[in-house]
Amino acid sequence: MAVTGLIMVLFLLVHMYGNLKLFYGQAEFDDYAYHLRTMGQPYLPYSGGLWIIRVVLLVSVLTHIASAFTLWARSRRATGGRGGGRYQSTRARRGVQRSYSSFTMRWGGVTIALFVVYHLLHLTTDTIHPGGVSSSAYVRTVNGFEIWWVVLSYTVALIAIGFHLRHGFWAALASLGANTSRRRRRHLNALAVAVAVVITVGFLVPPYTVLFGGITA
Amino acid sequence: MSETAMPPESGLFSVGAPIADTKAPPGPIGERWDVRRFNARLVNPANRRRLSVIVIGTGLAGGSAAATLGEGGYRVEVFCFQDTPRRAHSIAAQGGINAAKNYRNDGDSVMRLFYDTVKGGDFRARESNVHRLAQVSVDIIDQCVAQGVPFAREYGGLLDNRSFGGVQVSRTFYARGQTGQQLLLGAYQALERQVAAGTVRVHARHEMLDLIVVDGRARGVVVRNLVTGEVSAQFADAVVLATGGYGNAFYLSTNAVGCNATAIWRAHRRGALFANPCFTQIHPTCIPVSGEHQSKLTLMSESLRNDGRIWVPKLAGDGRAPADIPERERDYFLERRYPAFGNLVPRDVASRAAKNVCDEGRGVGPGGLGVYLDFADAIARLGRPVIAERYGNLFDMYRQITSEDPYRAPMRIYPAVHYTMGGLWVDYDLQSTIPGLFVIGEANFSDHGANRLGASALMQGLADGYFVLPSTLAHYLAAGPYPSVDETHPATRETLAAVRERITRLLAVGGRRTVDSFHKELGTILWDHCGMERTREGLTQAIAAVRALREEFWRDVTVPGSGEELNQSLERAGRVADFLELGELMCIDALHRDESCGCHFRAEHQTPDGEALRDDEHFAYVAAWEHTGGPPVLHKEQLAYEYVELKARSYK
Amino acid sequence: MNITLRIWRQPGPGRPGHMVTHRVDDISPDMSFLEVLDVLNQRLTAAGEDPVAFDSDCREGICGMCGLVINGIAHGPQASVTTCQLHMRSFADGDVIDVEPWRAGPFPVLKDLVVDRSALDRIIQAGGYISIPTGSAPEAHSILVPKDDAEDAFDAATCIGCGACVAACPNGSAALFLGAKITHLGLLPQGQPERDSRALAMIARHDAEGFGGCSQIGECTAVCPKDIQLEVISRCHRDVVTALFHHGEQQEGPPEDQTGGNLASGPAGD
Repeated sequence: MAVTGLIMVLFLLVHMYGNLKLFYGQAEFDDYAYHLRTMGQPYLPYSGGLWIIRVVLLVSVLTHIASAFTLWARSRRATGGRGGGRYQSTRARRGVQRSYSSFTMRWGGVTIALFVVYHLLHLTTDTIHPGGVSSSAYVRTVNGFEIWWVVLSYTVALIAIGFHLRHGFWAALASLGANTSRRRRRHLNALAVAVAVVITVGFLVPPYTVLFGGITA
Repeated sequence: MSETAMPPESGLFSVGAPIADTKAPPGPIGERWDVRRFNARLVNPANRRRLSVIVIGTGLAGGSAAATLGEGGYRVEVFCFQDTPRRAHSIAAQGGINAAKNYRNDGDSVMRLFYDTVKGGDFRARESNVHRLAQVSVDIIDQCVAQGVPFAREYGGLLDNRSFGGVQVSRTFYARGQTGQQLLLGAYQALERQVAAGTVRVHARHEMLDLIVVDGRARGVVVRNLVTGEVSAQFADAVVLATGGYGNAFYLSTNAVGCNATAIWRAHRRGALFANPCFTQIHPTCIPVSGEHQSKLTLMSESLRNDGRIWVPKLAGDGRAPADIPERERDYFLERRYPAFGNLVPRDVASRAAKNVCDEGRGVGPGGLGVYLDFADAIARLGRPVIAERYGNLFDMYRQITSEDPYRAPMRIYPAVHYTMGGLWVDYDLQSTIPGLFVIGEANFSDHGANRLGASALMQGLADGYFVLPSTLAHYLAAGPYPSVDETHPATRETLAAVRERITRLLAVGGRRTVDSFHKELGTILWDHCGMERTREGLTQAIAAVRALREEFWRDVTVPGSGEELNQSLERAGRVADFLELGELMCIDALHRDESCGCHFRAEHQTPDGEALRDDEHFAYVAAWEHTGGPPVLHKEQLAYEYVELKARSYK
Repeated sequence: MNITLRIWRQPGPGRPGHMVTHRVDDISPDMSFLEVLDVLNQRLTAAGEDPVAFDSDCREGICGMCGLVINGIAHGPQASVTTCQLHMRSFADGDVIDVEPWRAGPFPVLKDLVVDRSALDRIIQAGGYISIPTGSAPEAHSILVPKDDAEDAFDAATCIGCGACVAACPNGSAALFLGAKITHLGLLPQGQPERDSRALAMIARHDAEGFGGCSQIGECTAVCPKDIQLEVISRCHRDVVTALFHHGEQQEGPPEDQTGGNLASGPAGD
């Protein structure tokens, strides 16, 4: 779970970097989208590099989900399906110190998974097309983000991702053995917050710029 | 054998034939253990699986013995009343463990540890046993370090040592203030390793309620499963009792609330002699009692006396806060009375001195039952971080219990019942007077005489369990396997019936008083009359009072619930019933020992400046008591001192 | 002080239980929480009712036998103490206090507030030791241990096995208990030969006992009476990953085969 999570974090950072190219205009963005498919040529066929990444990502996502289900099932078995709410007393339902993000890992993850499906249908496979059909990724993106409810759904998903990363990034590093001292623990948590904020904000800048007319098709 | 100095007190007991240890070989004391081991029979490794041993109790002695016997290949069945072997009360020992390693090059040796222990015990321990303890002590440290016990280290990576109550060399190894915990976890882990290997089976939440004696040999025990209430007989070729001391007879003590004397008392009733029951150690550094509902007393390790200074105001009834009392108006009474040893005098001496100043009205804190243990000088000299490193967890514990900060104000301490030197009589092989019944650790009487030195209990428990018992028990087992016994044997049937009958009787009394109320009352009687200072008059009263209380117990106790379930009231009732019998024997023993020695201070026998006055001519013996149902019979084991000169103990 | 206790009462294993309200009057702030239960039990007994079953032994915070979930928090509201060391001055006059047993699949309730924690013993059996039969130890000073390592090992070794970590964990994981032992032994030179097999065997046993997985939430360390730090879990995972790596390199048999007795069938010398 930790390893696949970190792979996806890495992907998100690159993806975010690509998104920010929206600010350079249609030619640059579409060129970037095109070059994603010519990566590694001539050693790899057209789209080959991208497919490798897609396969790695797909495996990561599936493994991540499978791990989540395993963890969930074990947790259910160990706590009678009640988790932290297994005591009659309702006075410490939020635990002693646990963060909000640690509460939302499971349902936040489900939210994110649903969003990813919608997101792929919209901007990758072009199956659904709010804002109109286009062969240009730039145009599809910009058209989509001119619609308020598209931006809203996108925002909700990214906040979910932010919370997910806040706890997930820390937990992944700790689970892989990086938490070796109290000082280290503070640093890892600070890093997790930073990564969560950067990714959330980094992804939200383009859609809001589009929505408020900063970028037009 | 010497004549009695005093006739038996009006039929309280009678004197029987003397008893002697026949197992320690003659010859130079340094060679006796080697000779004994060489003469002992061995068991062929292939035969060990056919030999079984029952071990009751999983503290340092029981845990280490069971693990070692398992490693040897015997079939070991272990029972403990706690939910896991790791909880035995050895875990609470704080200060450390002695060993004659002489790592400090300060003149220590096996001979000196031997000498200190015999002298510290005020010449009421057996020389052969004590010397063996000192010899084996060095192996214990090796064993524990190899197990991963995280002893305190110096910067060079070597083991650290400190000096500990009553001695002038630094021979005490420690793991902060949790030495007992770390040593016990070492033994527990070794035990669990054998459980995984299939040589040892642990039966947690089981309490031994009787001993099965067949043809004069200990062949099994009757246990009660504390969860289901099932009473069953368990059989083996030998039985080892490692059930600790009986300090809880006093109700308030530093023992765990579950500690009890039932196993040794039931064995005593089946024929094992009980030695020196009146030798109970009162530990000087405990947190004073705070209220009537208190269920136990908490020890502050006496290692605190290395850096803390004990004092009271010079003026009786001085109600000022300690910080407001100037230096010249303080009485550092231990440093004043014992300039050579100062605050490090043995426990009995320190306890009595504290009691004396409190009796003079100079005690501090609520009720005037306390003295100060002050770290101001040490903090000024060494700095707070050093003190925190040495005693941090003890200071935290003190603050937690009293809500006072010992870094700022001195601690208040007062003596409390801590350890029982008395226990079942054993020979050099640690075998009781019942063949096949071995007794190790605090449960036996053998090594500490009339007073135990600090950091010696852990040493003795592990010496018995890791090194002594496995050799001597093998000698006994070499004559086995003994004829098989089962539930149908008359002895088994009789024992099972007796246990069941007693449970039924406890449940059937149906009186009005709770078990705990009897226990508290017994504790008060014993503390008042068989505690730090004893008198003929007080003990005579106490015997009558204990008898009356016991009679009332069986008439008016109430034990709710049934025997076929988890019933903690029933568990306690059985234990208190045994304490009510043992308490009487403690008083009889204290009354008969018409001298002062070690912890046993008879007010009639003291020097003009209040020190204990021993009577070696008449009392240099072990008092081993036989149970008869009527007045007990005293068997004396005369003690001879060939290597340590029998002289008045002085810490001046 | 007068307080009201709402206590989980359950007659036996697998039987239904429920919260029962008991009032306890005239208690002193200096009493420990368990002493309040003692007082309650005295009164219940005198009134002919069944007293509340609860575990306790040393009552000085070291044996690990006691453990109650008080107002939803394992060992109660005060940090770094066991239930027996929790004093009534942590509560106010008139408080209503909820008292429940540890709850976790591997800790079945035996009666009222008493649970079975033997699963923790079985985790130790899987490898929580150094294999050193009595008598075979080298001279103590032949093993040097850097002071810092000894101190860190000690910090982990102070675990009292009370199970509060499991009771508090939203996943019902015993990772803190497991990590504490793996850290203690893994930091010492004596523990190195079995470091890989220990980590693999112990975590396998932990999982097989039905404890949940760790997701680094940290509730365990917040209730730990001995302040065992979350780092021990990281160290445990690191040892497991390293062991899996070594394991792959060496192509050995399953690590579970390496547990246990050296002399169960062979000769022993003494």
